[in-house]
Amino acid sequence: MMLRKSRTTIAALALGAVTLGMTPALADPHPDAELVVNGEITIPTRGTAPAYLDGHLTELYSGWLFREDETRAMQMDDFDNPAMVFTDAGLEAWDTVEGTEGKSCATCHHEIESMAGVRAAMPKYNEKAGDLWSLEEYINACRTERMGAEKLKWNSDKMKAMTLALSIQSRGMPISVNIDGPSKPYWEQGREIYYTRYGQLEMSCANCHEDNWGNMIRADHLSQGHINAFPVYRLKDAGVVSIHQRFVGCVRDTRAETFEAGSPEFKALELYVASRGVGLAIEGAGVRP
Amino acid sequence: MLRHAVFAACAVTVLAGQTWAEIAPADIVWQEGAIAQPLADQPGDPESGKKIMTTNALGNCVACHLIGTMPDVQFQGNIGPALDGAASRYTEAQLRGIVVDSKKTFEGTEMPAMYKTSGFIRPGNAYTGKAAPADLPPILSAQQIEDVVAYLLTLKE
Repeated sequence: MMLRKSRTTIAALALGAVTLGMTPALADPHPDAELVVNGEITIPTRGTAPAYLDGHLTELYSGWLFREDETRAMQMDDFDNPAMVFTDAGLEAWDTVEGTEGKSCATCHHEIESMAGVRAAMPKYNEKAGDLWSLEEYINACRTERMGAEKLKWNSDKMKAMTLALSIQSRGMPISVNIDGPSKPYWEQGREIYYTRYGQLEMSCANCHEDNWGNMIRADHLSQGHINAFPVYRLKDAGVVSIHQRFVGCVRDTRAETFEAGSPEFKALELYVASRGVGLAIEGAGVRP
Repeated sequence: MLRHAVFAACAVTVLAGQTWAEIAPADIVWQEGAIAQPLADQPGDPESGKKIMTTNALGNCVACHLIGTMPDVQFQGNIGPALDGAASRYTEAQLRGIVVDSKKTFEGTEMPAMYKTSGFIRPGNAYTGKAAPADLPPILSAQQIEDVVAYLLTLKE
């Protein structure tokens, strides 16, 4: 319902803008751009929303479709994608021995290509820990329990390099998070957070990314807020941004006290937001303004 | 009697000369989403209002609203309705109410309340991401609200 209303508003506004002699703002994701990386990996950027989003979203659009031509082009060629320098550092770290046990990631997991699909299923309930874990926690568990190495900080360069290196192994693979069984309460908590209007601006994730995707907040073209392209290289920050780092930024911008990266709240939100993208694919190393 | 009258006259003079003679968010008298009484003593200044409406750290109204009378302001948003002709659609009291807390006029609207200090979930200290201080100030001051209302009142069709 909300969606239909905002679509009508856009049309009315676009008309108003023309009357006023101003350039009408972009109102929709790119109609026909196709994401093909390095001319060989085709990554679907449109999809049909899962049934649990009935009444909320019908079509899914990757954030890539909401970006300018130049930004989209950067993500289509690994030589132009600024995230790939960091990804290479992660690939190198995969084979580097660290810690007291004389092991690298490759010692147990062999080629990093064996990790295809892992990122697409994150975050994932960990039976042994009895908790929902993000990719960062699986990486740290390997480091502390098998390698005898120290934990990496959630938003450290080394952690982001590793999550990037793992993410590109799932490029083009459909998002496949599990939201049933023991994951269900986390998913429900995440959904609750998604619709809660936080901070002095009293804004929820949904206010921008469900009710107003396609619209403009000043120069920002609002996307549906999917996390399939994360970690992303953000041009504005000239650096790589993790999923939780972006959550912190969004919540902060509602003039709210944010949750921490790695907090139970953001892990639950990560599961819920990931599930809203079921129908899209992992892009690995996205590029965003 | 005389002494009382003199005292009262002095009090009025003092109040009139001070910017602190303003109505706090909690003391506002609402009439179906509208606020008849100005929140500050000084009449609103439309020029100052325009600056507040186009400054990110202040009202930043243009983030979400198109305002055709400001063609020099780039990248106006389209989340909310265009504000052109607002004064022909709403009274001064209604416009003041909408700027102060639009949810009292438009239920469930995305628009933040510009003059409200309580009732928030996890309020922060401006855009720091840290917890708000106990005496959280409103986004705009009483005078700034009046300035914005004064500019909106110029938007006639």
